[in-house]
Amino acid sequence: MSGEVAHNEVGRSVDGTGSPGVDGASNAAGGTVGADKAQGSASSLGMRLAAPITLAVLIAIWQLVCMAGLVPGYMLPSPLAVVQALVSDWPLLCEHAVTSLIEAGLGLAAGVALGFISALLMDRFEVLYRAVYPLVVLTQTIPSVAIAPLLVLWFGYDMLPKVVLIVVTTFFPITVGLLEGLRSVDPDEIDLLRSMGATRGQIMRHVKLPAALPQFFSGLKISAAYAIVGAVIAEWLGGFSGLGVYMTRVRKAYSFDKMFAVIFLISALSLLLMWAVEAVRRISMPWERGERKPQ
Amino acid sequence: MARLEVKGVSQEYGDLRVLDDVCLTVESGQVACLLGPSGCGKTTLFHIIAGLERPVAGSVKLDEQDITGESGHLSYMLQKDLLLPHKRIIDNVSLPLVLQGMSKEAARDQARPLFEAFGLEGTEERWPSELSGGMRQRAALLRSYLFSQEFMLLDEPFSALDAFTKADMHTWFLDVIERCHTTACVVTHDIDEALTLADVIYVMRGAPQAGMPTRIVGEEHITCPHSERATFNLTPEFLTHKRAVLEMLG
Repeated sequence: MSGEVAHNEVGRSVDGTGSPGVDGASNAAGGTVGADKAQGSASSLGMRLAAPITLAVLIAIWQLVCMAGLVPGYMLPSPLAVVQALVSDWPLLCEHAVTSLIEAGLGLAAGVALGFISALLMDRFEVLYRAVYPLVVLTQTIPSVAIAPLLVLWFGYDMLPKVVLIVVTTFFPITVGLLEGLRSVDPDEIDLLRSMGATRGQIMRHVKLPAALPQFFSGLKISAAYAIVGAVIAEWLGGFSGLGVYMTRVRKAYSFDKMFAVIFLISALSLLLMWAVEAVRRISMPWERGERKPQ
Repeated sequence: MARLEVKGVSQEYGDLRVLDDVCLTVESGQVACLLGPSGCGKTTLFHIIAGLERPVAGSVKLDEQDITGESGHLSYMLQKDLLLPHKRIIDNVSLPLVLQGMSKEAARDQARPLFEAFGLEGTEERWPSELSGGMRQRAALLRSYLFSQEFMLLDEPFSALDAFTKADMHTWFLDVIERCHTTACVVTHDIDEALTLADVIYVMRGAPQAGMPTRIVGEEHITCPHSERATFNLTPEFLTHKRAVLEMLG
């Protein structure tokens, strides 16, 4: 915006000199300004479509490669074959997806609750923060793939080991996000509430928690994505139902088309969950939009 | 309206003596200004008066009641407006009532009629980020007022505003003080602002960081009525007072 104004001003002052050669230059400059403007609106649309177009092009190339027979069909199924697999196995996929989603939901809920409690405690007691926080960070260096088999050995083939793995992976982003949020609150805001005689609980409710919401939701978004992936990883190692179990079975049968189908389904579910978190964030933080809502 | 009496207040942080034997009195209905250079410990004194800190010596009395080290007796408006970004203006200003145990709706109903007097009508349902600096400051003052009509502490309330807005806010502030029957104590490092607002100016001097604890070195009483303060700075009396204050500051 300000760039355009500057351009125009340059154009006008150059016009003022009246020399024909410079006049031509100013016209050229004016032309660029117009082009800039047109490009501005086009590029915003282009920006929005950039990712979908790239995806479409990649899928088209993939389809062409398969149709040309450059890669044998059993190694790389064509996108159309994947869609066919997705459709033909849809009821079965749904059944497995429900199991995985229940595990992810339970694990995420427990992870959020645990993360919330640990963040509140560490915020309240500095000693606890000093003692526990480094350990919490340390647990994150252990790959979940490595502890999943242990969990299966300890808790069997039912849902429990899956839920535990999800809790372990999801509670970390929540704890860190919320804790950082709580600790980043302007101390003057806390002084203000103290001067009004507010209790610790009131300060938490009116200042600290709302101020920590953005970081909490950033953490929750990451956790939501981890939850589905965590469920699948845990299911690989044993179980009776779930997308990870389905994946293991189709892999053993060399059904690459179904393999791809389930991978796409898993990404879609993760995206959907992250999108849901984003929607909740928007609803619970209306002040970010700065809109007026009659109440 | 309430009368504030600060007697022999001293404060130390470790070996650093910040305040030394500070005494001051603000009579009910008056506006007192604490004038002193930045970093001299004005905010520390306010923290002590507001009860956020306990002094190593001395006492703070509000209407003869000892409130040393007790918060929640008088309202304190800090340097920044500190409106909570996640609350609408009406909920921001009625927050003190909610903290005192009132329901959200009742607090809103009590705050709503005051919006006009504070020049805030129409902003009730807005978010703080949608208001200008002057309006935010008004909202912060209304919040302080709703916490305590008796006594308000204001720490450089207008320092973040531009000169025009500031002049407007001074007139408006004196009008509000008059109409609401409040006592106020204002911290400032702006001599003209102190002379415009104050019935009494307490001049503070010291540099705690350099080993000189801050004391009150003098007081200047100004008798010009609040209603004539808008043009007070054009009178010879203003200059006489200003000279006296400058002499105290050294």
